[in-house]
Amino acid sequence: MKFKHLISIDDLSKKDIEYILELAEKFLPVAQGKKRTTPLEGRLLANLFFEPSTRTRMSFEVAMKRLGGDVINMTAQEASSVAKGETLADTIKVVSKYADVIVLRHPLEGAARFAAENSDVPVVNAGDGAGQHPTQTLLDLYTIKKESKLENLKIALMGDLKYSRTVHSLIKALTLFNARIYLVSPPTLALPEDFLEEIKSRVRVEEVKLEDVIEEIDVLYVTRIQKERFPDEEEYFKVAGSYKVDAGILERAKSSLIVMHPLPRVDEIDISVDRTPHAKYFQQTFYGVPVRMAILHELLLGDL
Amino acid sequence: MVACNDSTKVDKSDRLAVSKIRCGTVIDHINAGKALLVLRILGIKPGCSERVLIAMNVPSKKMGKKDIVKVEGKYISEKELDRIALISPNATINLIEEYEVSEKRRVELPPVVEGILTCPNRNCITNSREPIKSRFHVKMEGNRVKVTCHYCGKKIYEPDRYIVSR
Ligand SMILES: Nc1ncnc2c1ncn2[C@@H]1O[C@H](COP(=O)(O)OP(=O)(O)OP(=O)(O)O)[C@@H](O)[C@H]1O
Ligand SMILES: [Mg+2]
Ligand SMILES: [Zn+2]
Repeated sequence: MKFKHLISIDDLSKKDIEYILELAEKFLPVAQGKKRTTPLEGRLLANLFFEPSTRTRMSFEVAMKRLGGDVINMTAQEASSVAKGETLADTIKVVSKYADVIVLRHPLEGAARFAAENSDVPVVNAGDGAGQHPTQTLLDLYTIKKESKLENLKIALMGDLKYSRTVHSLIKALTLFNARIYLVSPPTLALPEDFLEEIKSRVRVEEVKLEDVIEEIDVLYVTRIQKERFPDEEEYFKVAGSYKVDAGILERAKSSLIVMHPLPRVDEIDISVDRTPHAKYFQQTFYGVPVRMAILHELLLGDL
Repeated sequence: MVACNDSTKVDKSDRLAVSKIRCGTVIDHINAGKALLVLRILGIKPGCSERVLIAMNVPSKKMGKKDIVKVEGKYISEKELDRIALISPNATINLIEEYEVSEKRRVELPPVVEGILTCPNRNCITNSREPIKSRFHVKMEGNRVKVTCHYCGKKIYEPDRYIVSR
């Protein structure tokens, strides 16, 4: 692969993405603990989390350790005390002397790209504010490939389509795979106009009601509608209540339909869905491990 | 030191009667009203030593109204001048030697500009206390200029509003 860091999904070509997904497939048995291999033995990963995110941090840690590598962690609490005294640029310069790869979560947009400019070692963006979170997109794509199909996919994205960076990045990536995209959201949380304009020429996309497409879609991707987005609670409960998925509506779906969610969920997916074969969101989270293994392996050993 | 507009008069033939400069740079065909932003882009501010002539809202055949900026003496790099394209894509640069125009060219939109725009995204890393220069990718989209923050991806369609004061 041609890149040294993983900052944004936009930096990856279709070929790059396909390559990472294939490598992830190779590492799947290792992630599951069914096979052992230690290509990253002696390598050190530094988790720098300036914002708490236990799930993502653990997933990187598991990925590194399953490949025989080791991990040092800077907790959000330590990070905040560092942040008071030192610039991110300096922290990165110091840590990139200790570690072989840096995984960064930071509240400011563009922090990862800036960190990469100050680092001697590869930087992986594990979320920069409302910005990018490319490993989430890659694990979403891997889940779709594994549990459904990537080419010519029919997918409905439901919930907060306005603020969700997960949704925006996934849509951009899906434009590479000839997808058909249905958007299901309350009007106040619709996909931003300029974003829609930008992708329209590259992908078939339309705003619909879930009932109208539930029979034909392959993937239903649900995101959380956040309370903070609404002026008052009543309004929130009214809107959020009508963007919920339960086993009932799925009765009309194809048997192969999969339901995805970046987690954590609140109540937008009823637990009645968990028991159906459609539920893939826990599997989806787990797939973050082989995908991150592929990325770490590639950044540390690729093109040697 | 900025000369006031009295030194600029429009004569009968619609040509500008301005005191000539011996050598320097004339930036012509600036979009009307943008002359002061041009000075900002070039880092020319009150208190500097250059002799500068500004004409604002003067009649122009091609543009209806235009601004002109003339800077005496000071050498200005092409790179600096090309930034003017952000706010006036049709501006022309005339190099003056011994009172005559010795070279003329249109400004060219630079693919990348550094340090000249501030990102309107308050959560952008360029607006933090990090040692970092703003950096934007520049493109024409249809007939308007589109600039995109290298760091946060924020897109701007009116770069005029985000020129830094230096
Ligand atoms: N010695 C000088 N001092 C100050 N300004 C000058 C001098 N020589 C030319 N200019 C100005 O530079 C600009 C370009 O001069 P030029 O003689 O090429 O005019 P033009 O033929 O109208 O050019 P264009 O086709 O670019 O409009 C004009 O605005 C003119 O007033
Ligand atoms: Mg003229
Ligand atoms: Zn920015």
